[in-house]
Amino acid sequence: MSVIADWIEWLPALAGGLWLSVRITAVSLIVGLPIGLLLAVMASSQNRMARTVSVVIVEIGRGAPALVVLQLFYFGLPSVGITLSSFVAAGSALALTTAAFTSEILRAGLQAVPPGEVEACKTLGVSPRDTLRFVVIPQGLRIALPALMGFSILIFQATSLTFTIAVPELLSQAYSIGATTFNYLSVLVLAGLLYAMITIPASWLVVSTEKKMSRHLSYAR
Amino acid sequence: MTLLITVAAVSIGVVLGVPLVVGLRAKNFLVRLVSRGLVDLIRGIPAIVWLFIIYFGVSIGAFRFDSTMAAIVGLGLISAAYFAEIYRGGISAVDMGQWEAGNALGVNRWTTFAQIVGPQAFRVSVPSMTSYAISLLKDSSIASTIGVTEIVFFTTQDARSNDGGLTVYILAAAIYLALSVPLALLARRLDASLRKKVSR
Repeated sequence: MSVIADWIEWLPALAGGLWLSVRITAVSLIVGLPIGLLLAVMASSQNRMARTVSVVIVEIGRGAPALVVLQLFYFGLPSVGITLSSFVAAGSALALTTAAFTSEILRAGLQAVPPGEVEACKTLGVSPRDTLRFVVIPQGLRIALPALMGFSILIFQATSLTFTIAVPELLSQAYSIGATTFNYLSVLVLAGLLYAMITIPASWLVVSTEKKMSRHLSYAR
Repeated sequence: MTLLITVAAVSIGVVLGVPLVVGLRAKNFLVRLVSRGLVDLIRGIPAIVWLFIIYFGVSIGAFRFDSTMAAIVGLGLISAAYFAEIYRGGISAVDMGQWEAGNALGVNRWTTFAQIVGPQAFRVSVPSMTSYAISLLKDSSIASTIGVTEIVFFTTQDARSNDGGLTVYILAAAIYLALSVPLALLARRLDASLRKKVSR
Protein backbone atom coordinates (compact mmCIF):
# COMPACT_ATOMS: atom_id res chain seq x y z
CA MET A 1 0.00 0.00 0.00
CA SER A 2 1.97 2.95 -1.24
CA VAL A 3 -0.71 5.38 -0.05
CA ILE A 4 -0.15 4.35 3.56
CA ALA A 5 3.63 4.57 3.12
CA ASP A 6 3.26 8.06 1.65
CA TRP A 7 1.01 9.12 4.49
CA ILE A 8 3.45 7.88 7.11
CA GLU A 9 6.23 9.78 5.37
CA TRP A 10 4.21 13.01 5.26
CA LEU A 11 2.75 12.79 8.72
CA PRO A 12 5.59 14.56 10.62
CA ALA A 13 5.41 17.67 8.38
CA LEU A 14 1.63 17.72 8.57
CA ALA A 15 1.65 17.20 12.34
CA GLY A 16 3.93 20.24 12.66
CA GLY A 17 1.44 22.22 10.59
CA LEU A 18 -1.45 20.96 12.69
CA TRP A 19 0.30 22.07 15.88
CA LEU A 20 0.73 25.56 14.40
CA SER A 21 -2.99 25.61 13.49
CA VAL A 22 -3.82 24.74 17.08
CA ARG A 23 -1.51 27.48 18.36
CA ILE A 24 -3.12 30.10 16.12
CA THR A 25 -6.53 28.97 17.35
CA ALA A 26 -5.38 29.31 20.95
CA VAL A 27 -3.95 32.80 20.39
CA SER A 28 -7.08 34.07 18.67
CA LEU A 29 -9.30 32.68 21.42
CA ILE A 30 -7.14 33.99 24.26
CA VAL A 31 -6.97 37.46 22.73
CA GLY A 32 -10.43 37.50 21.17
CA LEU A 33 -12.61 36.21 24.00
CA PRO A 34 -11.90 38.99 26.54
CA ILE A 35 -12.44 41.59 23.81
CA GLY A 36 -15.66 39.81 22.89
CA LEU A 37 -16.83 39.94 26.50
CA LEU A 38 -15.98 43.63 26.70
CA LEU A 39 -17.92 44.29 23.48
CA ALA A 40 -20.87 42.29 24.82
CA VAL A 41 -20.96 44.28 28.06
CA MET A 42 -20.62 47.52 26.08
CA ALA A 43 -23.50 46.49 23.80
CA SER A 44 -25.85 46.26 26.75
CA SER A 45 -24.54 49.34 28.56
CA GLN A 46 -26.56 52.48 29.31
CA ASN A 47 -24.02 54.69 27.57
CA ARG A 48 -25.10 55.34 23.98
CA MET A 49 -21.54 56.02 22.84
CA ALA A 50 -20.27 52.67 24.13
CA ARG A 51 -23.19 50.89 22.52
CA THR A 52 -22.55 52.48 19.14
CA VAL A 53 -18.83 51.71 19.20
CA SER A 54 -19.51 48.10 20.08
CA VAL A 55 -22.16 47.64 17.37
CA VAL A 56 -19.90 49.14 14.71
CA ILE A 57 -16.94 46.92 15.61
CA VAL A 58 -19.11 43.81 15.79
CA GLU A 59 -20.88 44.49 12.51
CA ILE A 60 -17.62 45.11 10.66
CA GLY A 61 -16.01 42.05 12.22
CA ARG A 62 -18.94 39.86 11.27
CA GLY A 63 -19.76 41.48 7.94
CA ALA A 64 -16.32 41.25 6.36
CA PRO A 65 -15.08 37.75 5.48
CA ALA A 66 -12.26 36.44 7.69
CA LEU A 67 -10.15 36.05 4.55
CA VAL A 68 -10.47 39.76 3.74
CA VAL A 69 -9.59 40.74 7.32
CA LEU A 70 -6.55 38.44 7.21
CA GLN A 71 -5.29 39.88 3.95
CA LEU A 72 -6.02 43.41 5.10
CA PHE A 73 -3.82 42.86 8.16
CA TYR A 74 -1.02 41.19 6.25
CA PHE A 75 -0.97 42.89 2.84
CA GLY A 76 -2.86 46.10 3.62
CA LEU A 77 -1.34 47.41 6.84
CA PRO A 78 2.26 47.63 5.54
CA SER A 79 1.14 50.46 3.27
CA VAL A 80 0.50 52.59 6.36
CA GLY A 81 3.79 51.55 7.91
CA ILE A 82 2.61 48.65 10.09
CA THR A 83 4.30 45.42 9.07
CA LEU A 84 3.23 42.29 10.90
CA SER A 85 4.78 38.86 10.67
CA SER A 86 2.42 36.34 9.17
CA PHE A 87 1.83 34.62 12.52
CA VAL A 88 1.01 37.89 14.28
CA ALA A 89 -1.21 39.01 11.41
CA ALA A 90 -3.03 35.67 11.48
CA GLY A 91 -3.47 35.76 15.25
CA SER A 92 -4.71 39.33 15.38
CA ALA A 93 -7.04 39.07 12.38
CA LEU A 94 -8.64 35.90 13.68
CA ALA A 95 -8.78 37.44 17.17
CA LEU A 96 -10.82 40.31 15.73
CA THR A 97 -13.19 37.87 14.06
CA THR A 98 -13.40 35.89 17.29
CA ALA A 99 -14.18 39.03 19.28
CA ALA A 100 -16.95 40.06 16.91
CA PHE A 101 -18.66 36.67 16.81
CA THR A 102 -18.22 35.75 20.48
CA SER A 103 -19.56 39.12 21.57
CA GLU A 104 -22.90 38.19 19.99
CA ILE A 105 -22.82 34.76 21.64
CA LEU A 106 -21.90 36.28 25.01
CA ARG A 107 -24.52 39.01 24.67
CA ALA A 108 -27.16 36.35 24.21
CA GLY A 109 -25.77 34.55 27.26
CA LEU A 110 -25.80 37.70 29.40
CA GLN A 111 -29.34 38.48 28.32
CA ALA A 112 -30.47 35.00 29.27
CA VAL A 113 -29.70 35.77 32.91
CA PRO A 114 -33.12 36.55 34.47
CA PRO A 115 -33.57 40.33 34.87
CA GLY A 116 -35.01 39.64 38.33
CA GLU A 117 -31.49 38.88 39.55
CA VAL A 118 -30.25 42.28 38.43
CA GLU A 119 -33.22 43.93 40.11
CA ALA A 120 -32.55 41.92 43.26
CA CYS A 121 -28.95 43.18 43.30
CA LYS A 122 -30.19 46.75 42.91
CA THR A 123 -32.57 46.28 45.83
CA LEU A 124 -29.76 44.84 47.94
CA GLY A 125 -27.56 47.81 47.13
CA VAL A 126 -24.98 45.88 45.11
CA SER A 127 -23.13 48.24 42.77
CA PRO A 128 -23.75 47.78 39.03
CA ARG A 129 -20.11 46.73 38.59
CA ASP A 130 -20.31 44.02 41.24
CA THR A 131 -23.65 42.88 39.82
CA LEU A 132 -22.00 42.36 36.46
CA ARG A 133 -18.84 40.87 37.93
CA PHE A 134 -20.34 38.42 40.45
CA VAL A 135 -23.88 37.77 39.23
CA VAL A 136 -24.45 38.35 35.52
CA ILE A 137 -21.13 37.43 33.89
CA PRO A 138 -20.53 34.08 35.66
CA GLN A 139 -24.02 32.86 34.78
CA GLY A 140 -23.95 34.34 31.28
CA LEU A 141 -20.64 32.62 30.56
CA ARG A 142 -22.06 29.30 31.69
CA ILE A 143 -25.07 29.67 29.42
CA ALA A 144 -22.88 30.70 26.49
CA LEU A 145 -20.35 27.89 26.96
CA PRO A 146 -21.65 25.35 24.41
CA ALA A 147 -22.02 28.03 21.72
CA LEU A 148 -18.51 29.30 22.49
CA MET A 149 -17.10 25.81 22.13
CA GLY A 150 -18.89 25.42 18.82
CA PHE A 151 -17.40 28.68 17.68
CA SER A 152 -13.90 27.54 18.71
CA ILE A 153 -14.27 24.65 16.27
CA LEU A 154 -15.15 27.10 13.51
CA ILE A 155 -12.15 29.29 14.28
CA PHE A 156 -9.91 26.21 14.22
CA GLN A 157 -11.23 25.52 10.73
CA ALA A 158 -10.70 29.16 9.82
CA THR A 159 -6.98 28.87 10.58
CA SER A 160 -6.75 27.07 7.24
CA LEU A 161 -7.35 30.49 5.64
CA THR A 162 -4.01 31.69 6.97
CA PHE A 163 -2.52 29.58 4.21
CA THR A 164 -3.10 32.61 1.98
CA ILE A 165 -0.75 34.77 4.03
CA ALA A 166 2.03 32.20 4.08
CA VAL A 167 1.58 30.80 7.58
CA PRO A 168 3.08 27.30 7.42
CA GLU A 169 0.04 25.63 9.01
CA LEU A 170 -1.56 22.31 8.13
CA LEU A 171 -3.02 23.26 4.77
CA SER A 172 0.12 25.00 3.50
CA GLN A 173 2.24 22.02 4.55
CA ALA A 174 -0.10 19.73 2.65
CA TYR A 175 -0.11 22.03 -0.36
CA SER A 176 3.66 22.26 -0.53
CA ILE A 177 3.99 18.48 -0.29
CA GLY A 178 1.42 18.27 -3.09
CA ALA A 179 3.40 20.73 -5.16
CA THR A 180 6.59 18.66 -4.91
CA THR A 181 5.10 15.18 -5.26
CA PHE A 182 2.15 16.06 -7.56
CA ASN A 183 0.12 13.81 -5.34
CA TYR A 184 -2.37 16.51 -4.40
CA LEU A 185 -5.36 14.27 -3.83
CA SER A 186 -3.67 11.93 -1.39
CA VAL A 187 -1.96 14.56 0.75
CA LEU A 188 -4.96 16.90 0.80
CA VAL A 189 -7.24 14.06 1.87
CA LEU A 190 -4.80 13.25 4.68
CA ALA A 191 -4.83 16.91 5.74
CA GLY A 192 -8.63 16.90 5.65
CA LEU A 193 -8.73 13.81 7.84
CA LEU A 194 -6.38 15.46 10.32
CA TYR A 195 -8.75 18.45 10.54
CA ALA A 196 -11.71 16.10 10.94
CA MET A 197 -9.84 14.16 13.62
CA ILE A 198 -9.94 17.27 15.79
CA THR A 199 -13.22 18.85 14.80
CA ILE A 200 -15.49 15.79 14.94
CA PRO A 201 -14.57 14.65 18.49
CA ALA A 202 -14.69 18.32 19.52
CA SER A 203 -18.24 18.57 18.24
CA TRP A 204 -19.20 15.49 20.25
CA LEU A 205 -17.79 17.28 23.28
CA VAL A 206 -20.01 20.27 22.52
CA VAL A 207 -23.11 18.08 22.32
CA SER A 208 -22.29 16.32 25.59
CA THR A 209 -21.61 19.65 27.33
CA GLU A 210 -24.93 20.95 26.06
CA LYS A 211 -26.69 17.90 27.49
CA LYS A 212 -24.85 18.10 30.77
CA MET A 213 -25.70 21.75 31.22
CA SER A 214 -29.38 21.36 30.47
CA ARG A 215 -29.70 18.33 32.75
CA HIS A 216 -31.02 20.37 35.67
CA LEU A 217 -33.56 22.04 33.39
CA SER A 218 -35.89 19.07 33.44
CA TYR A 219 -38.87 21.27 32.65
CA ALA A 220 -37.24 22.29 29.37
CA ARG A 221 -37.81 18.97 27.69
CA MET B 1 -18.95 36.09 -9.56
CA THR B 2 -19.31 36.16 -5.79
CA LEU B 3 -23.08 36.23 -6.19
CA LEU B 4 -23.09 33.48 -8.83
CA ILE B 5 -21.11 31.12 -6.62
CA THR B 6 -23.23 31.90 -3.57
CA VAL B 7 -26.55 31.45 -5.37
CA ALA B 8 -25.42 28.25 -7.11
CA ALA B 9 -24.01 26.72 -3.92
CA VAL B 10 -27.09 27.62 -1.88
CA SER B 11 -29.36 26.09 -4.56
CA ILE B 12 -27.36 22.86 -4.54
CA GLY B 13 -27.41 22.85 -0.74
CA VAL B 14 -31.16 23.47 -0.42
CA VAL B 15 -31.91 20.55 -2.75
CA LEU B 16 -29.23 18.05 -1.66
CA GLY B 17 -29.89 18.80 1.98
CA VAL B 18 -33.29 17.08 1.68
CA PRO B 19 -32.07 13.54 0.84
CA LEU B 20 -29.37 13.96 3.48
CA VAL B 21 -31.86 14.81 6.19
CA VAL B 22 -34.08 11.94 5.09
CA GLY B 23 -31.01 9.73 5.49
CA LEU B 24 -30.28 11.20 8.92
CA ARG B 25 -33.77 10.27 10.07
CA ALA B 26 -33.97 6.91 8.31
CA LYS B 27 -35.14 3.83 10.19
CA ASN B 28 -32.31 1.78 8.73
CA PHE B 29 -29.31 1.96 11.03
CA LEU B 30 -26.77 1.70 8.20
CA VAL B 31 -28.33 4.50 6.16
CA ARG B 32 -28.39 6.67 9.25
CA LEU B 33 -24.76 5.89 10.05
CA VAL B 34 -23.59 6.69 6.52
CA SER B 35 -25.50 9.98 6.33
CA ARG B 36 -24.30 11.04 9.78
CA GLY B 37 -20.72 10.20 8.84
CA LEU B 38 -21.04 12.10 5.57
CA VAL B 39 -22.49 15.21 7.21
CA ASP B 40 -19.91 15.19 10.01
CA LEU B 41 -17.02 14.68 7.63
CA ILE B 42 -18.16 17.45 5.28
CA ARG B 43 -18.66 19.85 8.16
CA GLY B 44 -15.52 18.79 9.98
CA ILE B 45 -13.11 19.67 7.20
CA PRO B 46 -12.54 23.37 6.44
CA ALA B 47 -14.13 24.67 3.24
CA ILE B 48 -10.79 25.74 1.78
CA VAL B 49 -9.47 22.18 2.16
CA TRP B 50 -12.51 20.83 0.29
CA LEU B 51 -11.96 23.32 -2.51
CA PHE B 52 -8.30 22.29 -2.75
CA ILE B 53 -9.18 18.59 -2.80
CA ILE B 54 -11.73 19.14 -5.56
CA TYR B 55 -9.66 21.58 -7.60
CA PHE B 56 -6.15 20.15 -7.27
CA GLY B 57 -6.93 16.60 -6.27
CA VAL B 58 -9.69 15.38 -8.53
CA SER B 59 -8.56 14.44 -12.00
CA ILE B 60 -10.38 11.55 -13.58
CA GLY B 61 -8.50 10.82 -16.78
CA ALA B 62 -8.32 14.12 -18.62
CA PHE B 63 -11.25 15.51 -16.68
CA ARG B 64 -10.64 18.29 -14.21
CA PHE B 65 -12.93 20.86 -12.68
CA ASP B 66 -12.32 24.43 -13.74
CA SER B 67 -11.99 26.75 -10.78
CA THR B 68 -15.54 28.12 -10.80
CA MET B 69 -17.06 24.66 -11.08
CA ALA B 70 -14.82 23.40 -8.29
CA ALA B 71 -15.88 26.28 -6.05
CA ILE B 72 -19.58 25.71 -6.77
CA VAL B 73 -19.36 21.95 -6.25
CA GLY B 74 -17.30 22.28 -3.06
CA LEU B 75 -19.37 25.00 -1.45
CA GLY B 76 -22.55 23.28 -2.68
CA LEU B 77 -21.58 20.05 -0.89
CA ILE B 78 -20.76 21.92 2.29
CA SER B 79 -24.06 23.80 2.08
CA ALA B 80 -25.90 20.51 1.65
CA ALA B 81 -24.43 19.22 4.92
CA TYR B 82 -25.25 22.43 6.76
CA PHE B 83 -28.77 22.57 5.33
CA ALA B 84 -29.33 18.95 6.35
CA GLU B 85 -28.53 19.93 9.93
CA ILE B 86 -30.79 22.98 9.68
CA TYR B 87 -33.65 20.86 8.33
CA ARG B 88 -33.08 18.32 11.08
CA GLY B 89 -33.50 21.08 13.65
CA GLY B 90 -36.60 22.30 11.82
CA ILE B 91 -38.16 18.84 11.72
CA SER B 92 -37.60 18.23 15.40
CA ALA B 93 -39.21 21.61 16.10
CA VAL B 94 -42.46 20.38 14.55
CA ASP B 95 -44.72 18.93 17.19
CA MET B 96 -44.61 15.13 17.55
CA GLY B 97 -48.39 15.18 17.57
CA GLN B 98 -48.36 15.98 13.85
CA TRP B 99 -46.65 12.66 13.12
CA GLU B 100 -49.03 10.84 15.42
CA ALA B 101 -52.05 12.54 13.86
CA GLY B 102 -50.84 11.54 10.40
CA ASN B 103 -50.38 7.99 11.61
CA ALA B 104 -53.80 7.92 13.27
CA LEU B 105 -55.45 9.11 10.07
CA GLY B 106 -53.78 6.31 8.14
CA VAL B 107 -51.44 8.62 6.21
CA ASN B 108 -48.18 6.78 5.57
CA ARG B 109 -44.88 8.03 6.97
CA TRP B 110 -43.56 9.37 3.70
CA THR B 111 -46.69 11.37 2.88
CA THR B 112 -46.81 12.70 6.41
CA PHE B 113 -43.25 13.91 5.98
CA ALA B 114 -43.71 15.37 2.50
CA GLN B 115 -47.10 16.99 2.97
CA ILE B 116 -47.51 17.74 6.66
CA VAL B 117 -44.26 17.92 8.61
CA GLY B 118 -41.94 18.99 5.77
CA PRO B 119 -43.62 22.30 4.91
CA GLN B 120 -43.85 23.29 8.55
CA ALA B 121 -40.23 22.34 9.17
CA PHE B 122 -39.21 24.36 6.14
CA ARG B 123 -40.92 27.42 7.51
CA VAL B 124 -39.19 27.01 10.89
CA SER B 125 -35.85 26.62 9.09
CA VAL B 126 -36.06 29.84 7.08
CA PRO B 127 -34.21 32.13 9.54
CA SER B 128 -31.29 29.70 9.88
CA MET B 129 -31.22 29.13 6.14
CA THR B 130 -30.98 32.82 5.34
CA SER B 131 -28.30 33.43 7.92
CA TYR B 132 -26.35 30.49 6.50
CA ALA B 133 -26.71 31.94 3.00
CA ILE B 134 -25.29 35.23 4.22
CA SER B 135 -22.32 33.54 5.84
CA LEU B 136 -21.77 31.59 2.62
CA LEU B 137 -21.65 34.89 0.73
CA LYS B 138 -18.62 35.71 2.83
CA ASP B 139 -17.16 32.20 2.69
CA SER B 140 -17.27 32.35 -1.11
CA SER B 141 -14.26 34.67 -0.74
CA ILE B 142 -12.08 31.59 -0.31
CA ALA B 143 -12.79 30.67 -3.93
CA SER B 144 -10.18 33.32 -4.78
CA THR B 145 -7.52 30.90 -3.52
CA ILE B 146 -8.20 28.53 -6.41
CA GLY B 147 -8.26 31.37 -8.91
CA VAL B 148 -11.93 32.22 -9.22
CA THR B 149 -12.16 35.86 -10.27
CA GLU B 150 -14.42 37.09 -7.48
CA ILE B 151 -14.15 40.10 -5.17
CA VAL B 152 -11.07 39.07 -3.19
CA PHE B 153 -9.26 37.91 -6.31
CA PHE B 154 -9.49 41.36 -7.87
CA THR B 155 -8.65 42.97 -4.55
CA THR B 156 -5.41 41.02 -4.24
CA GLN B 157 -4.52 41.74 -7.84
CA ASP B 158 -5.13 45.43 -7.34
CA ALA B 159 -3.20 45.54 -4.09
CA ARG B 160 -0.21 43.95 -5.78
CA SER B 161 -0.10 46.32 -8.72
CA ASN B 162 -0.49 49.53 -6.71
CA ASP B 163 1.28 49.61 -3.41
CA GLY B 164 -1.52 51.40 -1.56
CA GLY B 165 -3.01 48.11 -0.44
CA LEU B 166 -5.01 49.19 2.56
CA THR B 167 -7.72 51.16 0.74
CA VAL B 168 -8.42 48.30 -1.66
CA TYR B 169 -8.99 45.85 1.18
CA ILE B 170 -11.20 48.29 3.05
CA LEU B 171 -13.18 48.74 -0.16
CA ALA B 172 -13.54 44.97 -0.51
CA ALA B 173 -14.76 44.70 3.08
CA ALA B 174 -17.22 47.52 2.39
CA ILE B 175 -18.56 45.69 -0.68
CA TYR B 176 -19.23 42.56 1.40
CA LEU B 177 -20.95 44.68 4.03
CA ALA B 178 -22.99 46.41 1.34
CA LEU B 179 -24.09 42.99 0.05
CA SER B 180 -24.74 41.27 3.36
CA VAL B 181 -26.53 44.02 5.30
CA PRO B 182 -29.43 44.41 2.78
CA LEU B 183 -29.64 40.62 2.56
CA ALA B 184 -29.95 40.42 6.33
CA LEU B 185 -32.72 43.03 6.30
CA LEU B 186 -34.49 41.16 3.51
CA ALA B 187 -34.19 37.92 5.46
CA ARG B 188 -35.71 39.53 8.50
CA ARG B 189 -38.66 40.79 6.46
CA LEU B 190 -39.18 37.38 4.82
CA ASP B 191 -39.21 35.73 8.22
CA ALA B 192 -41.67 38.30 9.55
CA SER B 193 -44.05 37.81 6.63
CA LEU B 194 -43.87 34.02 6.95
CA ARG B 195 -44.57 34.36 10.63
CA LYS B 196 -47.60 36.51 9.95
CA LYS B 197 -48.96 33.88 7.59
CA VAL B 198 -48.88 31.17 10.24
CA SER B 199 -49.75 33.31 13.24
CA ARG B 200 -51.49 31.08 15.67
